[in-house]
Amino acid sequence: MRINQVSVFLGNTPGRLESMCKSLADAGVNMETLTITESADHGIVRMIVSDPDKAVEALSAQGFTPKKVEVLAVEVDDTPGALLAVLQKTRQAGVNVEYMYDMTKPFSSRPVMIMSFKDIDAAEKILQ
Amino acid sequence: MKQIWNDIHGEVHPFSALDFLPREQMRGLQSQRLRDIVKLAYEKVELYRNRMKEMGVTPDDIKSIDDISKLPFMQKTDLRDTYPDGLFAVEMKDIVRVHASSGTTGKPIVVAYTDEDLKVWNSSIIRCLKMYGVKSGDVVQNCYGYGLFTGGLGLHDGSQALGCTVIPASGGNSERQLMLMQDLKTTVFASTPSYFMHLIEEGKARGVDFKKLPLRIGVFGGEPSSDAMRKFIADNTNVIPYDIYGLSEIVGPGVGGECQHKCGMHILEDNFYPEIVDPDTGEVLPDGEEGELVLSTLTKRAMPVLRYRTHDITSIIAEPCKCGRTIRRISRISKRSDDMLIIRGVNVFPSQIEIGISRVEETTPNFRILREMKNDMESLTVEVEIQDKYYGDSLETIEKIRRKIQASIVQIVNIRIDVKIVEPNSIPRSQGKIKRVYDNRKV
Repeated sequence: MRINQVSVFLGNTPGRLESMCKSLADAGVNMETLTITESADHGIVRMIVSDPDKAVEALSAQGFTPKKVEVLAVEVDDTPGALLAVLQKTRQAGVNVEYMYDMTKPFSSRPVMIMSFKDIDAAEKILQ
Repeated sequence: MKQIWNDIHGEVHPFSALDFLPREQMRGLQSQRLRDIVKLAYEKVELYRNRMKEMGVTPDDIKSIDDISKLPFMQKTDLRDTYPDGLFAVEMKDIVRVHASSGTTGKPIVVAYTDEDLKVWNSSIIRCLKMYGVKSGDVVQNCYGYGLFTGGLGLHDGSQALGCTVIPASGGNSERQLMLMQDLKTTVFASTPSYFMHLIEEGKARGVDFKKLPLRIGVFGGEPSSDAMRKFIADNTNVIPYDIYGLSEIVGPGVGGECQHKCGMHILEDNFYPEIVDPDTGEVLPDGEEGELVLSTLTKRAMPVLRYRTHDITSIIAEPCKCGRTIRRISRISKRSDDMLIIRGVNVFPSQIEIGISRVEETTPNFRILREMKNDMESLTVEVEIQDKYYGDSLETIEKIRRKIQASIVQIVNIRIDVKIVEPNSIPRSQGKIKRVYDNRKV
C-alpha cells in the first residue's frame, strides 16, 4: 500500500528533535513510527503520522522544512524468510530499496515494512 | 544644447551638474578646494599642523590636487585620540550638528558639521538619490538608525530636501516595517541589504508578497551588497538595488553611489577626494589598481578629514561611464584590509567564501563563518542554509550539495574549509550590518 511519509531535515543539536515533537504534539498529530538517519552534523527524521498534511503544516509554521514522500507499506509474515521473499521479488524486478524501517500499528497485527524506492510504481506492481 | 548625459532618469538635478563636470574643470575645483581646506586645517587643528611640520610640508606646498600625496595619513585612532573636539577647525558656536560612531571600544568618534557642511551633505545625498532615479513624490522608508549614527538623519534630510515623503522608521521591529511599507505605499527602501533580505523572509512568513508592493528602489548601504544578495532581492521583489557609499568619519552616507549602469560607485570627488594606496607601504597606486581607499574631505569645514585610511579595498575606475558622469568610480568594495583571516598561512576574505557559496545554485545567501581552534590550529567552518526544496528525504543529496560548496570555495581560496549544511532559518538574521564571522576560538 502506498502511504505518505513525512521527512524532516534536522540539525544534530540538543533540543531539535524535542521541538519537532512538540510542534506535532501541539497540532494533535500522532506519530505511528519514526526512524532517524544521522550524520555528524544533521539528520533526517522519517515518520509515519496520523495526518501527514496537518504534520507538514504544523512543522512548516514552526520553521521546519518537512517533505511529504510516498513510500510503500508492505505487510510481511512474522516468520523466518518472509522479508527475504519480498526482497527476492524486488531484486528480480531490478528495483532497489533506498531504505526501510518497520511499523506494527495501525494497519495490521503483522509486521509492516515501510520501504522507499526510486521507482515506486514498479515496486508497487511487484509487491501487490 | 547637446545632451551630455545618458541618464535614464531624465532631467538632471541642479546639484548633479557637478557629476558631469569636464575633467580639467573638476581638477581645478579640487585643487582650489584642497588649498583652502589644507590652509584651514593647518591653521586651526594642532594635529595637522604638527604632522605637516614633522614631514616638512606647509600649506604653500599644496598647489594642485596632485600634491595631496604630500600630506600625512589619518587613521581611525587619530579620530578617537582627539575625542571629543581635537579635530574641530571652527568654533563650537559655528557647529550646528554632531554625530558619533557607536564606539564599541572605548570612546566614540565624534564628527561635526557647520550649517554649510550639512548643506553639502544634503546635496551629496540628493546627487546619489538622483543616480538611483528617486524623485520628488517618492515615499522613502528610512531604516537606518536615527540618533548619533549618521545614516538615519543624513538620508532623512537628503530625501526630504529632494521632495520625498520620508518615513523615519529607523531599524528593527520587522512587523511594523512591513505594516508601514504596505499602508504608506513605500516606493524607496533604505537599509542595509541584509536587513532588507531579512524583511523579505519575514514578509513571506506573514504572507506579504513584495512583488505586489509599489517598492521599486533599494538604497543599500552600511555593507556592500553581494551578487547573491542582489539575486535574492531580484527573485523576490521588483526592487532595483543601488549601493550608497559612505562612512561617518568622512560625512556619513552620500560619499558615492551607483548609477543605473551598475558599474561601480561614482564618488562625489569634488567633495570627497579618493586615492588608492598600497595598504602596506602607503604608496599611491594608479587608477585601475586595487588597494586601500583613502578619502579626503575637500569641503567639510567643521572637521576636515584629510587622507583618511578607510581599510576598504577597491580600485578607481577612471574610464567615462555610460551615464555621462565624469566623476570617477570605485569598483564594488568586497574586502576590507582588516577583515582578512589568515588560515594556515593563506589569506581568506569572507567575501571570497561568499562568492564560492553563491556559485552553487542550491544555496541561499544565508551563511556564516565560524573561527575555531582544532588541534591548536585555527580552522574555519562555514555554515550554509540551502534552498527549502533541497532539504529533501535524502542525506545523499545534502552531502552532494555540501561537497559542491566545499569544492567551489576551494577554487577561490585554495584551502579546504569545512562546510556544514544547517537548517533553514538557523543562522542569525541581521537587524543592521550583517555579521558573517563568529569567533569561537577559546583565548
